[in-house]
Amino acid sequence: MADLLAEFSDAHALAKAVEALRAAGLRDLEAFTPFEVGEVQAALALPRPRIPRAALAGAVLGCGAAFLLQWWLTAWNYPLNVGGRPLASFPAFVPIAFEGAILGGALGAVIGFLVSCRLPRLWHPLFEVEGFERASVDRFFLRIGRRDPAWDQARVLHVLHESGALRLHEVER
Amino acid sequence: MSAPRSAASSRAMEEPPVLLARPSDDELTRRLLRPIWVGGPVWRILFLVTGLGSATMLLFVLYTVVAGIGVWGNDIPVGWAYGITNFVWWIGIGHAGTFISAILLLLEQPWRTSINRFAEAMTLFAVMLAGMFPVLHLGRPWFAYWIFPYPATMDVWPQFRSALPWDAAAIATYFTVSFLFWYVGLIPDLATARDCAPTPAKRRLYGLFALGWRGSSTHWSHYRLAYGLLAALATPLVISVHSIVSADFATAQLPGWHSTIFPPYFVAGAIYSGFAMVITLMVPIRRIFRLHEVITTRHLDAVAKMTMATGLIVAYAYVVEYFLAWYGGDPFEHYVFYAERLAGPYAWAVWTVFAINFAVPNLLWVRRIRRSALALFFLSILINVAMWLERFFLIVTSLQRDFLPSSWGLFRPSYIDGAILTGTLFTFAFLFLLFLRFVPFVPIAEVKELRHELEVAEGRAVRG
Repeated sequence: MADLLAEFSDAHALAKAVEALRAAGLRDLEAFTPFEVGEVQAALALPRPRIPRAALAGAVLGCGAAFLLQWWLTAWNYPLNVGGRPLASFPAFVPIAFEGAILGGALGAVIGFLVSCRLPRLWHPLFEVEGFERASVDRFFLRIGRRDPAWDQARVLHVLHESGALRLHEVER
Repeated sequence: MSAPRSAASSRAMEEPPVLLARPSDDELTRRLLRPIWVGGPVWRILFLVTGLGSATMLLFVLYTVVAGIGVWGNDIPVGWAYGITNFVWWIGIGHAGTFISAILLLLEQPWRTSINRFAEAMTLFAVMLAGMFPVLHLGRPWFAYWIFPYPATMDVWPQFRSALPWDAAAIATYFTVSFLFWYVGLIPDLATARDCAPTPAKRRLYGLFALGWRGSSTHWSHYRLAYGLLAALATPLVISVHSIVSADFATAQLPGWHSTIFPPYFVAGAIYSGFAMVITLMVPIRRIFRLHEVITTRHLDAVAKMTMATGLIVAYAYVVEYFLAWYGGDPFEHYVFYAERLAGPYAWAVWTVFAINFAVPNLLWVRRIRRSALALFFLSILINVAMWLERFFLIVTSLQRDFLPSSWGLFRPSYIDGAILTGTLFTFAFLFLLFLRFVPFVPIAEVKELRHELEVAEGRAVRG
């Protein structure tokens, strides 16, 4: 069954609709906006993203790999005596280990971002909706899942009408 | 409500606004996207000229590779000269881009929004050009990959106790992270370009690069977090990169190089020269594309203030260096600083740098200069020249006369040195023109968000 997609011309109206629908118990809501609207994000009560964990894992991995690699290569695999200095000269390994941490962290953050956004995904049913291209320009959209247990068509339509939705579309999941 | 807040807001009222007119979202989007749909004769001519300049540079680079490094002016005792000067100069220029996009994002400065995208592009191109020089300077650039610890049949590894592998790691990381940061920031605007594309081919092209961005609330919340994390990672990175570059010098025993002030001094110098380059690019872009509404006097003023602050740090570092050369009591150090630099064969460069870098930051105390695009443009060119000469005299004066007078010598650049340096300017301009033509160079979504926030704030102010 297709979901409902409501179109708004104003971010504030969208946020009000989200608040009213959430008050009615609906949870399967997703907003589409041309820029991040703090009010809408707050009304949707989104879960905290897990990207920081991916970044931390990447940073630890990158730092550890860079450090261990330098240690193993210099002190074990090919020990080269330079003026009697210690083979495992740890302070000299710090800069590259640091760069490894930054590189790993950044890659972790970007991969985490792409995975949690399910990107890249070049086709999506939303792109078939007429007028959806304005979601990146000046229109604000709200998808309401019809499979939501709290779905009540009359109530949803009433809320959308009250909050000033311009148009309604059907969109496949 | 409370006294400090109203004081802050009245101070904010004195500042020029970050956005001038308030066109509708649709109008704003169309205006900011226009340059990537419609080229012009001016763009075409510049594209051809800089393209020819870049091709010429490639020929000179090819000649260097084929004939050998001897075609440059480098010789013993001055083995570094132009190659390393250009490297440090270009990589320093890149630093302001990261500074604007990362550090000012974390500090929540609203004025960064309009200029961060092209400052980041400036970083990418500057790092690309910078990276070319150490590779050519190897003399056998086809062995450049030996710097990476790959499993080789030769069984030897890079020497990790040297500052040069640190450099390779720092620059490779810097380029990768800057690119990721720039690209992630670009995704929503690429989606806008996809949705507004005039032809199906362009729609497909931008659609491919937009990766299927739909601007859903989950997307935005993940995007915001990933972007913030990248900024937080890029901030220590930008400090580390020029610190490591300075370690190339500071770990050597040469008088004039062996100093612990080098890392902070180099980082400040890098950001100073980078902000100068931001002004050099920002003033003509604003004029040509008539972006006075999004790049306002406020931006000029703020960038000029940053230039002033970092420039004063650089001037302070000069003073400290001279003080320590005297106070340290080392005769070689004393000779390099007081005799050779001030009265040696390259004294003209030293005095030019001191004149510009002591005068220009102090001129920026004057508000009228900070807010005049033309004055800033000329000052920024002076700073760019001075910062190139600074790295030049730093390298050449220390190398040409070290501990043994019998090994002293002079450095004379060859015309190929000059041609390659000039060529990098053309290539930089060429890459930048490509960027201006194919990528939305003012962050559209961020400008719209800024506008929305300003309106909400003003609405609150009106409602009381």
